[in-house]
Amino acid sequence: MLQKRAIPCLLLKGSGFVKTVRFRNPVYLGDPINIVRLFNDKEADELIVLDITATIERRAPQYQAIATLTSECFMPLCYGGGVQTIEQMRKLFSLGIEKVSVNTAFVQNPELITEAAELFGSQAVVGSIDVKRDWLGRNRAFIASGRKNTGLDPTALARDFERRGAGEILLNSVDRDGTMTGYDVDLIRDVATAVSVPVIACGGAGSDKDLAVAIDAGASAAAAGSLFVYQGPHRAVLINYPSGQELRQLFADSDEP
Amino acid sequence: MISIVDYGLGNLASIAKMLDRVGAECNFVRTPEAVLEATSLILPGVGAFDHGMSNLRARGLVEPLTAKVKDEGTPLLGLCLGMHLLTHGSEEGKLPGLGWIQGRCVRFRSDASSPIKIPHMGWNNVRIVREHALVHDLGENPRFYFVHAYYASGLSEGVEVARATHGQEFPAIIAKGNIAGVQFHPEKSHTFGMKLLTRFAESSGAVTL
Repeated sequence: MLQKRAIPCLLLKGSGFVKTVRFRNPVYLGDPINIVRLFNDKEADELIVLDITATIERRAPQYQAIATLTSECFMPLCYGGGVQTIEQMRKLFSLGIEKVSVNTAFVQNPELITEAAELFGSQAVVGSIDVKRDWLGRNRAFIASGRKNTGLDPTALARDFERRGAGEILLNSVDRDGTMTGYDVDLIRDVATAVSVPVIACGGAGSDKDLAVAIDAGASAAAAGSLFVYQGPHRAVLINYPSGQELRQLFADSDEP
Repeated sequence: MISIVDYGLGNLASIAKMLDRVGAECNFVRTPEAVLEATSLILPGVGAFDHGMSNLRARGLVEPLTAKVKDEGTPLLGLCLGMHLLTHGSEEGKLPGLGWIQGRCVRFRSDASSPIKIPHMGWNNVRIVREHALVHDLGENPRFYFVHAYYASGLSEGVEVARATHGQEFPAIIAKGNIAGVQFHPEKSHTFGMKLLTRFAESSGAVTL
């Protein structure tokens, strides 16, 4: 039976991992290799690593750093951040990255999605959508590290990504990011019911139970940052991840029979 | 020595890293000459069927691989796309496969009665259907990481070693003589992947202690 996934989502800023709140105020967590190694030891289902300043710094992915991370992982690694071209994707796959997540470039250049899917297979191509509510309370997709409003509805954008060949959607709630107040369940449900590709929900997880809530809302995977890197009310940095048994119990109602 | 075929597709570094971890020596082979010297082969693969076959052809690797595998009986393990290439072809593409194992690859189907997400992506259990060195002592509830939209179908009796289910049941591990294939990525499957690759290394005489 296909199991639902719990995925630590780690934000790379320069040479360190950081944690943000609503995509702002990055706080240093630690050295990427150590953190990735710990998640590998804990047999995390998968990892997502996002370079959060690559696009706004108009910079390519940090290939060297990424290569050292993939060499630490015996589980899939999805990389996102500043990816704009086929060549960059090719290089990332050659380094051992399983999937490439693209946000800004897929909105600005949608043909890239189809080209990437044809060359690398749709299963390696993740369309990433960062969502904020606008002042009228409508969900809107943002690009460039949450700075630029595309004016697009995330559900419509997800459908478009899928239609063009993306094999998975990474759905981030900017408003919930780092708040540990729970996922935006309505957003997850809207997008997950609108597409037939898997949706990874991210943003807001505050407890292991929240992971199950995201799955119940239709996500195929529940991703989290703060939940897996912080412990306790004072947010001490402590890398943590549920055991295999705990996850299966958590997702018992949702794992396929 | 396990030779990992470098034909421009696949997680070569990850496979090498895991083989390293389990104590199996490996190298990369990218030319016909290097393939001909191999004593044990892994055919990795990530991406589209036609891309894989045309890359193999462009590098002149189809004939030497066929000679090693079919004529000399060199053990070969295909991973994910590498497993698909062992068959006669795929719905995903137009080019013929290596044709060493009877069968064709077909796409998962999702319908109202059995709606599934495609691609099949994530961790899934495998169910062992016959004894084989590759699955010996894998541990309780073996699970592996899958990421694919196509699977091998129409295999001959006795070729399947283990199956998995995602809407449809499909072959997760296949073996015919010296040729084997796994649909999942052992190099991304933590300790279960390590055990499987160790079994392959042992059965092809490549483990260094």
